[in-house]
Amino acid sequence: MFRANEQNIRKVFTRRAFMLACGKVALIGTLGAKLYNLQVVEGERYELLSLNNQFISEIILPVRGRIFDRHGVALADNQDIFQVAIVRERTKDVCATLSALSSIIEIKEWDIKRVLEDVKRSHAFTPVIVRKNLTRQEIDRVAVNAPYLPGICINVNYLRRYPFSDIVVHIIGYVAAVSEEEQLTGDPVLRLPNFRIGKSGLEKMHELEIRGKAGWRKVEVNALGKVIRKLPGDESKAGCDINLTLDINLQRFAAERLVRGNAKLLLINDPRAQRALTQAAPAILDYYTDQQTVLVNSNGRLVEAESGAVVVIDVRNGALLVMASLPGYDPNQFNKGLSSKEWGKILNNPRGPLNNKALSGQYPPGSTFKMLVMLAALESGKAKMDTKFYCPGYLSLGNTRFHCWLHYGHGWIDMEESIAQSCDVYYYDLAHRIGIDCIANIAKRFGLGKVTGLDLPGECAGLIPTREWKLATTGVPWQIGDTLVAGIGQGFDTVTPLQLALMTARLVNGGKAVVPHIKISSSSNQPAEDMGINKNHLDAVCMAMYQAVNSPRGIARKIRGDKNDIKIAGKTGTAQVRRISINERSAGHYNENNKPWRYRDHSLFVGFVPLNTPRYAISVVVEHGTAGLYAAAPIGADILREVMRVDFRHDRFNVV
Amino acid sequence: MYESNLIIARKLLSLNWFVVFLVIAISAVGCLMLYSAANGSWSPWAYHHFIRFGIGMTIMLSIAVVDIRFWMRNAYLGYMIILFFLVLVDLMGKIDMGAKRWIDLRLFHFQPSEAMKICLVLALSRYFNGLTYEEVGNKLKLIIPLLMVGIPVFLVLKEPDLGTALIMIAESAAIFFLAGVRIWKFFAFITIAILSFPLSWRFLRAYQQNRILTFFNPDSNHTSTGYHILQSKIALGSGGIFGKGFLKGSQSHLNFLPEKQTDFIFTMLAEEFGMVGAYCLIGLYVLILAYGFSVAMRSCSQFGRLLALGITTTLFLYLFINIAMVIGLIPIVGVPLPMLSYGGTAMLTIMIGLGLLLGVSVHRYVRVSHYGY
Repeated sequence: MFRANEQNIRKVFTRRAFMLACGKVALIGTLGAKLYNLQVVEGERYELLSLNNQFISEIILPVRGRIFDRHGVALADNQDIFQVAIVRERTKDVCATLSALSSIIEIKEWDIKRVLEDVKRSHAFTPVIVRKNLTRQEIDRVAVNAPYLPGICINVNYLRRYPFSDIVVHIIGYVAAVSEEEQLTGDPVLRLPNFRIGKSGLEKMHELEIRGKAGWRKVEVNALGKVIRKLPGDESKAGCDINLTLDINLQRFAAERLVRGNAKLLLINDPRAQRALTQAAPAILDYYTDQQTVLVNSNGRLVEAESGAVVVIDVRNGALLVMASLPGYDPNQFNKGLSSKEWGKILNNPRGPLNNKALSGQYPPGSTFKMLVMLAALESGKAKMDTKFYCPGYLSLGNTRFHCWLHYGHGWIDMEESIAQSCDVYYYDLAHRIGIDCIANIAKRFGLGKVTGLDLPGECAGLIPTREWKLATTGVPWQIGDTLVAGIGQGFDTVTPLQLALMTARLVNGGKAVVPHIKISSSSNQPAEDMGINKNHLDAVCMAMYQAVNSPRGIARKIRGDKNDIKIAGKTGTAQVRRISINERSAGHYNENNKPWRYRDHSLFVGFVPLNTPRYAISVVVEHGTAGLYAAAPIGADILREVMRVDFRHDRFNVV
Repeated sequence: MYESNLIIARKLLSLNWFVVFLVIAISAVGCLMLYSAANGSWSPWAYHHFIRFGIGMTIMLSIAVVDIRFWMRNAYLGYMIILFFLVLVDLMGKIDMGAKRWIDLRLFHFQPSEAMKICLVLALSRYFNGLTYEEVGNKLKLIIPLLMVGIPVFLVLKEPDLGTALIMIAESAAIFFLAGVRIWKFFAFITIAILSFPLSWRFLRAYQQNRILTFFNPDSNHTSTGYHILQSKIALGSGGIFGKGFLKGSQSHLNFLPEKQTDFIFTMLAEEFGMVGAYCLIGLYVLILAYGFSVAMRSCSQFGRLLALGITTTLFLYLFINIAMVIGLIPIVGVPLPMLSYGGTAMLTIMIGLGLLLGVSVHRYVRVSHYGY
């Protein structure tokens, strides 16, 4: 019985052991097959994945090209930002290292606490920043003591800096964080979190050249991201520097002078400033919050800073020494990131700080246009220097009276005197005689009514009206009245401050068609083409501009200065923003200063120095500054004298 | 205490030394891989592994020369003691990585669930020894062995340790099967298990559910569990046919591979020695498994047969579950690879098991009565 059972159970056991063995063989076969599949069939795919795990490409940031003025002063610079960090795995005692460090450079107590907590939380190899923004001296001290500071390392970062802030912002532009659309343009550096990209001005226009080329290297990392070793790769290529024809000191002088206008700049604790502040209206007090200085006019009243544009051009080659547009804004703020409140303040400023008014501000040229009408008349042969007209204070055409600014009239007046005294009636007559086609032709040849070809984006063309233009645009044929107002630079005419400066330059440089430029490059050294204007006629225009300032009856004689001052020549202009109504005129005593700011006339000035061989031409536009003589002329005169002062002192304006 | 027809020296001579050599070879591979896992250093793992292997080897040989009737007689006692410890773990165990598995015995940390794998095989082998085929067919006779399996499985699941529970269930099933339990009962059991799965799902811990979900949808969870499987596959796949070379496995040495010294040591071996290395290692194990089958076939007692194949199956389960989980065939359940993975208790369990297997071989002519005499 026992025997039989034993054999029976053994038979069952053997049979089932065989089944079990088969099952195990099948399962092990599955393992083998899966291994074959993983390691042979899909081996290459996994090998690639493994390499992706092991190596990451690290981008080496290029150094952004800088922007310099003509003397090599950096207008856009890269500031080194030094940070001290601690790496836990490289020191035995974090606390001891930190206390050693704090005896060398200043570290706040709560900073130490923060570092100790951060160190605990992060990987042993991750540097934890102890302090940012170290000075050079502090960095030197840390570097010298490095052997006694185990685990301490110094990081260097670049920060784009604009040392002249709002003075040249319209030319330089600014950099800011990369937007999502810009990230899609391909360059992998754009995806780096702290990368900055040019958003306006030269920074944007020359972004690709300034940016340089990023390098890369392969880095072997472990699963935690710790760098095991660095393999050689491509070095980064620094971006190109840009050199400008600007003179930053002149630019600053011009900007500050324009802002000041005819007011006095006073420190806030000056008693006159205090008196003005107590009497001021709340709106202007708002304007002056957080300011250290205030502007007080001759009546002891607080006034706002003037806005407008100044352009100073080298008449021989078109190099721009000054191109200021005011007000500006601080580009450094955009780099850091702007709050919506700050942005709103810039955007809602009625004086338009975002516009480069030198290029895109379009104003009627006013009386500064008279030189072109005079030249057109001389060139056409329909008038001579001794052509005289009688000015009774107005010109009647049909039912309309066209007024001269001097309401009792200039009497009989010749061509040179008409510029010097800026007689309007003379130019109504002259324009009537020579016709609009002749005027428009000359104006275009002198750079008005079209973009000048400056090497900066954002230029506006202005407008010099012609018969065809008016018919096409308004559907109304050209009227004689249109010709008359065009003769004094009003009506449809608009120009930019840059065009005014260019016009002046071409008038005083002997009729050379110079093209303005702001970047120093070899191509701009070529001699400019002669426009084929009679030199005697040009000399006559220059002489008339000289008389406007220097003759005893000259309209701008108040900026003549005294005997020792540098002599300048120029012409003022007053651009009407709103027509003077008949009622206002008949009231006789209307005053520009009583109008709201935005309805006041623009104040213009063009001029040049020195007198015998003109070298620098200027245009000044003070927005809503009232009469040209009142606001723009003194500013222009001061800037021209400063240009000459700098010129005489250094005599190194030979840079193109 | 017990009668022996052979003296110890004769027994040692009659040991299958080829199998001992296989064990030494596999453990040596383990030492090498642990040396590599520590980036080419004997500490902290390879050295300890070697020491533990030495101790394990001594224990294995000592067990091999003890008459199997001694183990038969004390099978229930051992089972009860370990069961007691399992309960103790449940009451006052050390919590480690979210599970209570260890108990502090002052001298060393003891993991009763590991010892239970062997004791369960011993106890079941004893129970089925001497039962006739008809008796095994009797349902009532199965109540006791089912309880013997069910109670420790329940306790282990409670720890929770899914891997150990799986091994205990599978090895018991193998013994039930070999002992002659009718095959339809297995099908019935599997059916019930599947039907009750939705119910038991609620008793699984979140991380266990997560592992199973990840297994069925590997891309859903790239960061934790899915990441481990993916990195393990990358390591294996990038090893290719001949591997990246000793100490050159980038996945392991750069720490992309998790737990490379324990559960994922096979991955590391396959990365550094390729498919060839992996097949060779599996071949070594298969030789030991084949030896286990031959021992079982030649044993004169049902106890010896069941014990031999129970142990062999346990070894197989360790091997299969570990490799299958690291190559992504089954969810990760945390089962070490015998003799390779770093860890004292698992090493001890395996060596004791192999000692018993060798013992069955040495005492294959010994007849064992129903009571172990």
